[in-house]
Amino acid sequence: MSATMMAANSPAAHATAVGYDDDVVRLFVIATLFWGVVGMAAGAFIAAQLIFPALNLDLPWTTFGRLRPLHTSGVVFAFGGNALIGTSLYVVQRTCRVRLPGRFAAEFMFWGYQLFIVMAALGYVMGVTAGREYAEPEWMTDLWLAVVWLTYGGIFIGTLMRRKEPHIYVANWFTLSMIVTVTVLHVVNNLALPVQWNGAKSYSLFSGVQDAMTQWWYGHNAVGFFLTAGFLGIMYYFLPKQAGAPIWSYRLSIISFWSLVFMYMWAGPHHLHFTSLPDWVQTLGMAFTIMLWMPSWASTLNGFMTVSGRWDLLRTDPILRFMITAVLFYGVATFEGPLMGIRTINGLSHYTDWTISHVHSGALGWNGFIVFGAMYYLVPKLWGRERMYSRAAIEWHFWLGLAGIMLYVTAMWGSGVLQGLMWRAYTELGFLRYSFLDSVVASQPYYVVRLLGGLLYLSGFLVMIWNIIRTVSEVPVARAVSPLPAAAE
Amino acid sequence: MAQQPRRRFVDLHGRIERRALVFVFAILGVCSVGGLVEIAPLFAIENTVEPVRGMRPYTPLELAGRAIYLREGCYGCHSQQIRPFRDEVERYGAYSLAAESAFDHPFQWGSKRTGPDLARIGGRYSDEWHVRHLMNPREVVPASIMPPYAFLARAPLDPQVYARHVLTNRRLGVPYSDEQVANAAADMLTQANPDADGAGFLARYPGAAQRAFDASARPTEMTALVAYMQMLGTLAQFDWRQPDPAMLR
Repeated sequence: MSATMMAANSPAAHATAVGYDDDVVRLFVIATLFWGVVGMAAGAFIAAQLIFPALNLDLPWTTFGRLRPLHTSGVVFAFGGNALIGTSLYVVQRTCRVRLPGRFAAEFMFWGYQLFIVMAALGYVMGVTAGREYAEPEWMTDLWLAVVWLTYGGIFIGTLMRRKEPHIYVANWFTLSMIVTVTVLHVVNNLALPVQWNGAKSYSLFSGVQDAMTQWWYGHNAVGFFLTAGFLGIMYYFLPKQAGAPIWSYRLSIISFWSLVFMYMWAGPHHLHFTSLPDWVQTLGMAFTIMLWMPSWASTLNGFMTVSGRWDLLRTDPILRFMITAVLFYGVATFEGPLMGIRTINGLSHYTDWTISHVHSGALGWNGFIVFGAMYYLVPKLWGRERMYSRAAIEWHFWLGLAGIMLYVTAMWGSGVLQGLMWRAYTELGFLRYSFLDSVVASQPYYVVRLLGGLLYLSGFLVMIWNIIRTVSEVPVARAVSPLPAAAE
Repeated sequence: MAQQPRRRFVDLHGRIERRALVFVFAILGVCSVGGLVEIAPLFAIENTVEPVRGMRPYTPLELAGRAIYLREGCYGCHSQQIRPFRDEVERYGAYSLAAESAFDHPFQWGSKRTGPDLARIGGRYSDEWHVRHLMNPREVVPASIMPPYAFLARAPLDPQVYARHVLTNRRLGVPYSDEQVANAAADMLTQANPDADGAGFLARYPGAAQRAFDASARPTEMTALVAYMQMLGTLAQFDWRQPDPAMLR
């Protein structure tokens, strides 16, 4: 025992002595890249459908209505999910200095998760849906996901329990909170009664007001714990690694963590302002929504201050630039979110493209960029290469991605505010000034810009995949790994 | 020396964060509070859903149409929730009441209006308009960006399949009577056939529309979807001057 401890305590020795389970992490990285293309391409396709309705192809399987969940689940659960699980397994082994428990559990979880994605995606295209946003998979798929997710929880918590470090590292707190809360959210929100035990169709247990509240308690916290807590887990490990500095403040991490776990769960009702949901719940939800500035900005500040004093690295290190831009978008999107959760502002922004803008500044800027940063850090390490193949390609990816986000987000801001204002515009005589269709027509130019932004972002992603393939196939095997190619190549 | 509260909090966290299972249960406890406070009372507080006259469960044909509405993901672009704003009430009709979606498993309030709200679309257009619009939206609304749903008109409706949906909804608490469940398949055919004897059907669903919703000889998915849309928002009776004594309980 003490011999192992001593071996583990020598930093040079432990990397080889422990022999981490990285096969499964590599699988998750490949799945992240694959589903990223599928999910983003689906997004670009449905964006094009809103400009050219003929792209619905007059087929049942290719309408906007069926492909939209393919896009949302594709990027959130397939791209994001694989990135989250893969990076978390990498991080938890290194910060606990032990291998994953079980011989087959991690592989089972990987293939089980891919099966979940395929089941859900095929279901959407064939019209198998529970009819609730971001919880579209039907009951059989939900049950399967529960099995896979609990396996993931078992692997993760099992690793934490066998750790050889006194503390659980902060990145793992956030991943752990994601695992626990997503279990609760998934189970409660998907309670349903199947029409037949041998059929796919089910009806949700709750109805009307109660169903709406449960669904947005889930929907908001899918954002809160999947897209925020989980990705903060990525940030809290990979940002300090890439910057070569420890996380700025342990206390700020604690404040950010517990306020996030406590407050996020209250904020769901801001999706239901001015609806038939009782006012007291709306008001409560709005109050907690504004309080969400606390966890969000605590982590944003922690991220920024970690790089403090090394800002020159942003010029020379495009990987760190990806990460810090991600933190910037996290800060901006989580500032905008509580604003939109204020009832008065929500009255204008709700039901419009403003929501789409908000979601994509978070998804493309924060989630996407932090994953890209983590991938550039991970790939050379996982495949034992000296560095990424091309530094220029990383730069291209960064600027294509950033330009894509700016076009996308500003276009949807424009159309969102335009729609909100057109719907409530009156003539001098007190009649509604515009028909609904007028707002559809007026949005068309913005939809073109949005599609362009999405395509730029996707092309940047494809540059990354090319770069990763070249890295694995052509960069020499490393003795000492540094993820960043030298400036003068 | 007394510790500052801030210091104590950090120490408490430090203790929790060394024990993985304690940490799991601490997260579970802390994250559960919000949901318990906001969701649980909605099932207990009686005036969460105030009764409204005229509300009845969907007819089997309407329920089938609703299942198709769900299947096609219409909620991605159409809300069914009119907010109490001057412009929305003028554009779409009276603001939505909780009772109007009380039988909706799941709710379909939506979150995005790429197309207009549909909470009170019923009766605003003719059946023929709806059929043509669903076949090819651009035939009747040239600037529309909605997908065409002509395939619905080619898909026959299986009454036996959707009759089971009525039973499932009853098990979930929608107040369908034994008679309504037993006659679900027959009622589906009756509602879409103006020549059928509708006495039993209309006794079970007072005020429901019985007519050929499209030109098909046998009911199709198109028939069911149009029947559903033509009913949307037409049930609630807004007779504010003479309140129902039952409402003033």
